[in-house]
Amino acid sequence: MDSFLKAESLHFSYINDIEDPPVKTEVLKGIDLDIKKGEFVAVLGHNGSGKSTLAKCFNAINLPESGDAFVDGINTKDDDRLLDIRQKVGMVFQNPDNQIVATIVEEDVAFALENMGVAPDEIRRRVDDALKTVGMYEYREHAVHKLSGGQKQRVAIAGIIAMSPDCILLDEPTAMLDPAGRREVMKTIKMLNREKNVTIVLITHYMEEAAQADRVVVIDSGEIIIDGKPKQVFSQVQTLRNLGLDVPQVTELCFELRKAGVEIPQDIITEEECAEALYALLKE
Amino acid sequence: MISDITIGQYFPGRSVVHKLDPRVKIILTAVFIVMLFTAGTFYGLGVGLLFTFVTFLLSRIPLKLMGKCLKPILPIIIFTAIINVVFITSGDKVYFEWKFLKITDEGVHTAIFMAVRIICLIAGSSLLTYTTSPIALTDAIERLLSPLKKIKVPVHELAMMMTIALRFIPTLIEETDKIISAQKARGADMETGSLIKRAKALVPILVPLFVSSFRRAEDLALAMECRCYHGGDGRTRLKQLHMSIRDLFAAVYVCVFFAGVIALNIIF
Repeated sequence: MDSFLKAESLHFSYINDIEDPPVKTEVLKGIDLDIKKGEFVAVLGHNGSGKSTLAKCFNAINLPESGDAFVDGINTKDDDRLLDIRQKVGMVFQNPDNQIVATIVEEDVAFALENMGVAPDEIRRRVDDALKTVGMYEYREHAVHKLSGGQKQRVAIAGIIAMSPDCILLDEPTAMLDPAGRREVMKTIKMLNREKNVTIVLITHYMEEAAQADRVVVIDSGEIIIDGKPKQVFSQVQTLRNLGLDVPQVTELCFELRKAGVEIPQDIITEEECAEALYALLKE
Repeated sequence: MISDITIGQYFPGRSVVHKLDPRVKIILTAVFIVMLFTAGTFYGLGVGLLFTFVTFLLSRIPLKLMGKCLKPILPIIIFTAIINVVFITSGDKVYFEWKFLKITDEGVHTAIFMAVRIICLIAGSSLLTYTTSPIALTDAIERLLSPLKKIKVPVHELAMMMTIALRFIPTLIEETDKIISAQKARGADMETGSLIKRAKALVPILVPLFVSSFRRAEDLALAMECRCYHGGDGRTRLKQLHMSIRDLFAAVYVCVFFAGVIALNIIF
């Protein structure tokens, strides 16, 4: 598979120039990352670890201080192709309220297409498609502020998929939602990845969500610490705990059971696997 | 409580009024306002009132909402009415006299006249935002003002600012409600005390509201950039504005009422 997002010894710093002399905070310290087309990658890390900053580097919102970020072979420093990059890589943010521009659902979904200068008929078609994809078509004429959090976030996602991007970066899209809203959004994300072959980069605090990805990348103080399949990553319970991160509940259960001397595999990350392992254990 | 405010809200629908071209609607609303101020007699104002009611019925917006949009300005109506009653003392018939207070027929007439005029004004112009989606509205304003682009007025930016302002009214109202509850939970007292004390009690509400608005603005700017926003150049629209025969009828409809008002002014 082709590489789609690529970071090469990427450095990034925030400069606070209100202070005198300006204070420089180095957020990303040499990130090397290669994300393939169609992959579903979860990025973990505690607050301030640099994961959001990294995501914004792939969207040309942040430009690297040194090193390079590539999107589908285009360097993000290439100013002429800025709109191409933004169209290829959509970004969904944490707070659904703060990323919806228009008052009516369909008008918000159309926003990106209007900016891109797509013809009105084509906008209509793509807006309807996007809304059907996220299951919000019946709400197309509703006022945005009357929707639930999960529905608003799905509208925000529809606004991104209307651009037909190859990749969607989601920055903690479920952090402000209730469990039902979280499930709706996760279902939508997984469906986009499986059925439309959209590359997904999901930044999250929920280990259960990360366990559903193809690959998990753990970032701490601007560096990639662990990068691998969810099973490999979550079996390193102690390392993750030292980084201030959790593991899925079932993985933790198995970890504690092993510590207590029960023989149970270490790479369990879903409830089904855990149930089966426990069943097998009890049958013996 | 605050969430009762309906100014600037849009109620989707499929009535004739909804389907009018927003540009035509804006111009006709302006004509309607001029009409109300042209009306010099109760008969003329009656025509204005009739127009407001008929248009409300045509829009199929529940009349209940008309009451709702008038509620916030009720104090203003009452205030103007009282001022008129008390200060206009030039009438022939005196209903009531006590010390400096003198209520005459002319005062009462002017008070009622002004109250009805304000009610028509607010109800009629609320109908514009009730039946037009904010995007259509700002789009129309952008188009109507587009000749000003020649003298370097940032028309698109102004229209965008208005879209966003209208979009965030309900969000910020909700947030204000939350902050008020939070401050009340911490023992803030907003309902008692002198006017100055109550005004001071607003500070702990406004400060967090401002801070969060700036944060929202930053988030929104980022989200807009991510969605390829780069100003007004080369933008297209989901909903193209186009005028139809319906708009011509609407113009005629308003003109008939306007003619009625002028005619009544001349007769009486």
